[in-house]
Amino acid sequence: MLSPVILLPAILNGLMTGAIYALVALGLTLIYGVLHIINFAHGALLTAAMFAAFFAYTLLGLDPYLAVFLLAPLFFVAGYALQRFVIGPAAHGEDRNFLLVTLGLAIVIENALLYFFRADTRTINLPYAFNVVEFGPAFIAVPRIVALGAVIALALALWAIMQWTDTGKAIRAVAKEKLGAELCGINVAHVFAIAFGLGTACVAVAACLLIPTYYVNPTAGDAFVLIAFTIVVLGGMGSVAGALIGGLCVGVIESLSSVFLGESLGQIGIFALFIVMLLVRPSGLFGARA
Amino acid sequence: MAEALLKVDNISKRFGGLLAVNGASFSVAVGCISALIGPNGAGKTTLFSIIAGFLSPDNGRVFYNGADITGEPPHRLARRGIARTFQIVQPFAGLTVRENIAIGAHLSRRGRGEALGAAGEVARSVGLGAQLEAPAATLTVAGRKRLELARALAIMPRLLLLDEVLAGLNPSEIRDMIPVIRGIADNGMTVLMTEHVMQAVMSLAKQVFVLAEGRVIAQGTPQQVAADQRVIEAYLGHGAARRMAVGAGHG
Amino acid sequence: MKTYLPIIVVVALLAAVPLFTTSNVVLNFLVTALLIALAGQGWNLLGGYGGQYSFGHAAFFGTAAYATAILQVRYGVNAWLGLFIGTAAGALVGAAIGALTFRSGLRGSYFSLVTLAFAEVLRIVASVAPITGAGVGMLIPLDLHAQAFQFQSRVPFYFIALALVALSLLVVRAIENSRFGAYLAAVRENEDAASALGVDAFSVKLCAITISAAITATAGCFYAQYFLFIDAGIAYGPWISIDALLAPIVGGAGTVFGPLLGALAIKTLGETTKLVAADAPGLDLVIYGLLLVGVIGLAPRGIAGLLRTISRLRPSSGTTLEDSHG
Repeated sequence: MLSPVILLPAILNGLMTGAIYALVALGLTLIYGVLHIINFAHGALLTAAMFAAFFAYTLLGLDPYLAVFLLAPLFFVAGYALQRFVIGPAAHGEDRNFLLVTLGLAIVIENALLYFFRADTRTINLPYAFNVVEFGPAFIAVPRIVALGAVIALALALWAIMQWTDTGKAIRAVAKEKLGAELCGINVAHVFAIAFGLGTACVAVAACLLIPTYYVNPTAGDAFVLIAFTIVVLGGMGSVAGALIGGLCVGVIESLSSVFLGESLGQIGIFALFIVMLLVRPSGLFGARA
Repeated sequence: MAEALLKVDNISKRFGGLLAVNGASFSVAVGCISALIGPNGAGKTTLFSIIAGFLSPDNGRVFYNGADITGEPPHRLARRGIARTFQIVQPFAGLTVRENIAIGAHLSRRGRGEALGAAGEVARSVGLGAQLEAPAATLTVAGRKRLELARALAIMPRLLLLDEVLAGLNPSEIRDMIPVIRGIADNGMTVLMTEHVMQAVMSLAKQVFVLAEGRVIAQGTPQQVAADQRVIEAYLGHGAARRMAVGAGHG
Repeated sequence: MKTYLPIIVVVALLAAVPLFTTSNVVLNFLVTALLIALAGQGWNLLGGYGGQYSFGHAAFFGTAAYATAILQVRYGVNAWLGLFIGTAAGALVGAAIGALTFRSGLRGSYFSLVTLAFAEVLRIVASVAPITGAGVGMLIPLDLHAQAFQFQSRVPFYFIALALVALSLLVVRAIENSRFGAYLAAVRENEDAASALGVDAFSVKLCAITISAAITATAGCFYAQYFLFIDAGIAYGPWISIDALLAPIVGGAGTVFGPLLGALAIKTLGETTKLVAADAPGLDLVIYGLLLVGVIGLAPRGIAGLLRTISRLRPSSGTTLEDSHG
């Protein structure tokens, strides 16, 4: 069981999967970092994006890696609109309400997808999806390597936006001190919506990266939501580095627990880690004290 | 010499690189009003939070009525008879004034009706009788300060810790609040207040402790402390006492 | 101090229903509504009154359902005894989760997340563990006798459900009138201020989650007896966690009748949706989701809140069903 022939591919695959997890977690931590609220609709939005990527391929013939450039802006706008015109107003500024409203949204999105597209599982078949690259005893699929690269590129791009653009500075200001930012003339509702939009765009990119190797059905995003939460808690709410490193770690942990405990119980490893983290150190490894 | 109800013994507290309290010691005599004053950043609020059980000190002990209460949680201190108000008022916004005060009254009364009734009396003693059924969220700042006071009084404490209870009030509100505080002490309550409003300290306190840079640098009656060189330096800066004396000589 | 009269009136009215109709459709509708009302009242105590929003009440519901099913099927224990043991089991899980999470000082979103996680863990374990029948689930054998807590007609089930709901209404009203209830409200509003007044917030929250879990657990046992089949998705699935929080929120969180009003409302909505859209999967939940968003956005105090507002607008307002603070 412990031989490198089994462990190495498990670890490498874990890293690749972890990259996607990290991207999903990145969106979540961005939203938390700015709005200080956990977005329960994150998984549902991921599912919706996966359906969008699926139909972009089957109806429009768009390769997922090209669809990114269409879907990311589209979902940015959708996320912006949702926060600005639905979630923000409905929540009346109260944290508890935000939880419930995003939960409600998650229920609406997932079940609307269920209603329109039924529960069938769908996949796409890309001609190059099964090309592999050798790493010693491991064979890694090409799409997964592309995913890792894309995630790193996106994380760098986001970091650059935060550091150097005016919008990024406004976002950081609101994240640090909402009232002060407002008094400086920053439109907080607008900044919240941008942050939400960016988080949703991350999820859209993740969906396009997932689609070549993963299936789509109305509950596909669920599997990622709690994992994303675990990562964000592990890495620290609001910490970008935490989301990235946490994502990779969780990917590896899940992969290894699947090896030792079997497929379905592999999930338990994640949940157990999640609960333990929340009980022992809710501020995470990199985050500020809650 | 009145015996000490509260004794703070060499308390220290550090937050990361900041030494907020550095070996502070003083004793509060029973049955009178004492004040803890000092410039901003002196460590008053930290010290208060430690006495009230919301923070644990790194070093030192706190004694109440002879017993060591260091590090005990707030709810247990309340049961011992120590009440505190908060500098930034914390009303139970969704409850009425009466229900707010009743929470305190429940400490010694099990029955809901009893507690609600007792709450009415306490409210009248601080001048909130007319607003008993109003939601706490509708009170003005002055009203909320009185509510803080009423809630604390409802637990029937022996020691009342007032954390800048006059902060945020305008001069006429302060003028109205001072007799309320005096009335409480006249009934035998021991009061320790931190305050920036000097007129209140001068007129209310029998004993004053001056905290600067985390330690007690002077103590005595308000008049003694006001004339103390070290206190003047702490507030106005090094050499200020001498400058003032020279200025007075010229004036 | 609030009276018990409205509760007695409502229960009496509901008890009279079988006199007017023996339609299975109506009775079944009411039984499932009462079931949700019961589960929701449990959530209401912890969430509405205590301000701790659990997203995993399925953990208590499912544990009780499985407990009573396993005891009956594998150990031949009497179903009524199973009801008590199942409720106790659910309460125990509540106490355990409460002890762990409140001891760590988890609040707000973190608390909601961790309860969600616990429910999911239980669901996964139940879906593979042999004792719960793994993926196949558990079937309670048919035995239509009163001593086996099974009945041919729906009417006895209706009365039992009503009795359980009535009990939960009385318990919550009693808590409202007690010191514990006052302390619970104080903890909800401001935990630090409450501590300074002598309230042991940890004990209060622990007590609240245990009672809350017990009430929802009872609903779980009842479900097992009424439907005679459970599996991991039914026992620990998101559907019950959602229903248990939706009913009180729609009906009015933090009020005695909130869960009952809300359960009737959402069941009615669900049935109406089914009529309009046949049995298309998902549509009823879409409506539930929209309802949740709509209620929070437009009527955050739920149906009870709306009724109170209406009664205040009318010039001659007597006591409404939801008596205001006194």
